[in-house]
Amino acid sequence: MSDTLPKLLVANAHRFGDRVALREKEYGIWQTLSWAEYLDRVRAFSLGLLHLGLQPGDKVAIIGDNRPEWVIAELAAQSAGAISMGVYQDAIAAEIQYLVDFSDARFVVAEDQEQVDKLLEVWEQLPKAEYIIYYDPRGMRHYNYPFLLDFQEVEALGRAHHREHPNLFQDNVERTRPDDVAIFSTTSGTTGKPKLAMLTHHNLISMARNLIQVDPLEPDDEYLSFLPLPWIGEQMMSVATALVVGFTVNFPEEPETVRENLREIGPHVMFSPPRIWESLVSEVQVKVEDTTRLKRAVYEWAMNVGYRVADARFAGQEPSPGLRRLYRLADWLIFMPIKDKFGLRRLRRAYTGGAALGPDVFRFFHALGVNLKQIYGQTEISGISVLHRDGDIKFQTVGLPLPGTEVRIAENGEILSRSPAVFVGYYKNPEATAETLVDGWLHSGDAGYFDEDGHLIVIDRAADVMTLADGTKFSPQFIENKLKFSPYIKEAVVFGGGDYPFVTALINIDFANVGTWAERRQIAYTTYTDLAQKADVYELIRAHVERTNSDLPPAARIRRFLLLHKELDADDAELTRTRKVRRRFVAQRYQELVAALYSGAPSVEVETTITYQDGRTATIRTALRIEALEETAEPPALERVG
Amino acid sequence: MSTQPVERLYARHITLHFGGVAALSDVSLNVRQGEILAIIGPNGAGKTSLLNCISGLYRPQSGELVFLKDGRAHNLLQLRPHQIARLGIARAFQNIELFRHMTVLENIMLGRHVHMRGNVLTCGLYWWRQQEEEIRHRRRVEEIIDFLEIENIRHKPVGTLAYGLQKRVELARALALDPEILLLDEPMAGMNVEEKEDMARFILDINQEWDVTVVLIEHDMGVVMDLSDRVVVLDFGRVIAEGRPDEIRHNPLVVQAYLGDEALMEHLA
Repeated sequence: MSDTLPKLLVANAHRFGDRVALREKEYGIWQTLSWAEYLDRVRAFSLGLLHLGLQPGDKVAIIGDNRPEWVIAELAAQSAGAISMGVYQDAIAAEIQYLVDFSDARFVVAEDQEQVDKLLEVWEQLPKAEYIIYYDPRGMRHYNYPFLLDFQEVEALGRAHHREHPNLFQDNVERTRPDDVAIFSTTSGTTGKPKLAMLTHHNLISMARNLIQVDPLEPDDEYLSFLPLPWIGEQMMSVATALVVGFTVNFPEEPETVRENLREIGPHVMFSPPRIWESLVSEVQVKVEDTTRLKRAVYEWAMNVGYRVADARFAGQEPSPGLRRLYRLADWLIFMPIKDKFGLRRLRRAYTGGAALGPDVFRFFHALGVNLKQIYGQTEISGISVLHRDGDIKFQTVGLPLPGTEVRIAENGEILSRSPAVFVGYYKNPEATAETLVDGWLHSGDAGYFDEDGHLIVIDRAADVMTLADGTKFSPQFIENKLKFSPYIKEAVVFGGGDYPFVTALINIDFANVGTWAERRQIAYTTYTDLAQKADVYELIRAHVERTNSDLPPAARIRRFLLLHKELDADDAELTRTRKVRRRFVAQRYQELVAALYSGAPSVEVETTITYQDGRTATIRTALRIEALEETAEPPALERVG
Repeated sequence: MSTQPVERLYARHITLHFGGVAALSDVSLNVRQGEILAIIGPNGAGKTSLLNCISGLYRPQSGELVFLKDGRAHNLLQLRPHQIARLGIARAFQNIELFRHMTVLENIMLGRHVHMRGNVLTCGLYWWRQQEEEIRHRRRVEEIIDFLEIENIRHKPVGTLAYGLQKRVELARALALDPEILLLDEPMAGMNVEEKEDMARFILDINQEWDVTVVLIEHDMGVVMDLSDRVVVLDFGRVIAEGRPDEIRHNPLVVQAYLGDEALMEHLA
């Protein structure tokens, strides 16, 4: 059995030959690359790198949008016994500098002028990097640097090298070992600098094999790769599982065309972080609000039926025959068209992972008939260790451990796991490795427990769990997810517990959706900051906060909130590159705002520095209103959390 | 950069008047192969009139206007606008001239019209060579779409697009003619900073990657100074200065023509 990724590629090229391996939309047409061609290009690029001096154990950094060249470069590096490291394409120059330098990469594969310019900006501080190889030559005709090469040029070097050494590539591939490190995966780093998790071929392949044991996939299946390839979830699907199963990986034309491309491909499997699912829900909700009253009424009737069926299934019961008949009608009238519109119709399974997804979003997709399942795992365990099984989905849980995976709860409540997919350590960081990996057990830093059916329940990052005034433990993420179910709320950061006497929230409005809403009501606005501070917008958000509150126990209810003057941004280090809120950083950066939420002041002055894409900074100053909510007397609808 | 500049188009002593109003008087200029030439000047200086003369929309009363192609001199004053377009001089208009109800793709495809050879019969039957031709043109259109990064709006009606995008489609339509000289009339008017930066990059790329000579009218002095190889300054229908951007910046005549416009003065100072 093939035990490394390059060996799998060679085996697939023999097994599938001319069947489609990769597809990319270009010039308006889906262009295909067969498994044989895929291997051919990997061979050429790998030998090209060798010709330029690549040694086994070297690192190759890759930065760019999702394109065939990205994965070709990755497998080419691995075929030569080197290690690939993906860098998020929206990383600013300083971040790229840190990662490339820290990883000791000698080669950087960069997509286009934009990425090359960022690299050139910090090239002086990258003494170990020797070559930049780009694959979109546009705009770089007059770049004359000896270390800057065209991808095709390198492939041509490799083809020439192959003619001289016809067995070299095959020998190299056979020399790869399952315990060789295949990739460096940058951890999302909600705290501090990103770390580089070292994952071996064996880690990635065993994860993929265990996954398809639970959820089989076919070589005929289609998958759309549109999330950043450095993310472990995308590595898991587009590289490891794709090679193990042999399904087709499709790359969108441009990041802006993902929605259309999703519809054109109609994938059988998807894995996306919660924000993708949340934005789909928002889009449906906003469209429905815009439509005619009749259509809205039909939609609401159908959703009601859908929710009843979904809730019955969640409870482990089969819905009654009458309800099933109604569901078929609702499906035909409403759900099929919605699923068709978003390209979800052929989906057999959809996964969400990377962060917690609110129960409301879960129910929504199951009402629609999309088999959305929770994945739980860390980068350090190749992305996945726990998963819902078909037909056994409970939205407050993350499911059961994968085959070959042991999960247990430490005495302090921390989730520990052990499996063949657990990484070998962080690159050049033995202290962090020793803290995370103890006797083969991966320490997640998440708090959780098992329910009566053996499902794992994740409460939150252990450090984030708050103890409320009345002594109950509560997860801020749970409240945030409830808030984010509103199409008008993009991001929320909840504070409470500990020294805080009650719960408060900093809220980011969703600029597009609130903007449309304001336009319909003829509310004029100029910028994000201006819109966020409109009294009407405060009213709108207040209504959604109140709705959220009505689902929460009294001590967990939001008593004050304010609408932030700017969107939280990864360029300002407020979010990780996978768009998770860096809670402690936000709390620190906006400590004056948080203090004001607890001081009883009606508003707070804010001055903040924002960083543009090109590194320039600007200062904005404005007054933010603080909205206080009455304590409601109605009996609380108690809900167990996490 | 290279050796002796090759002249592609020249105007000699062009005079154009509407009744008693002289729009252009005795204007001479030349356009060199591969350059970006900016035409600047205060409102009413005759910039657009000059472009209209080149593209054949206006007929000057006197003067010479010659386009050099393949060693032959074509007298533009004797040609009709569509013949000038076919020769390789394309134009993007200041006020977007697109079919609002047609999609982006259809509008750009229309720009290929001068290169299409079919007639009512062959197109009606849509058979054999006609299919090949359509595919060839569609491929070229897709290259332009890719180049200008408008894949995501390919099938959207032009009328529904934001202004900045419509300007980009206008440019795409002009490019579809496969021009050797591209005339751009205020390609960045009414755009925000980000859209301007994008447009500036596209113009540079068109010039460098596709080797298209560009003649550009623009009011944004920052753009003009950054983008152009040479600048021609018009005032009251006359050429008052000509030269490299840094020469123009310090030309006292130019400063005088723009006197009173403080924003402009800042750029020129």
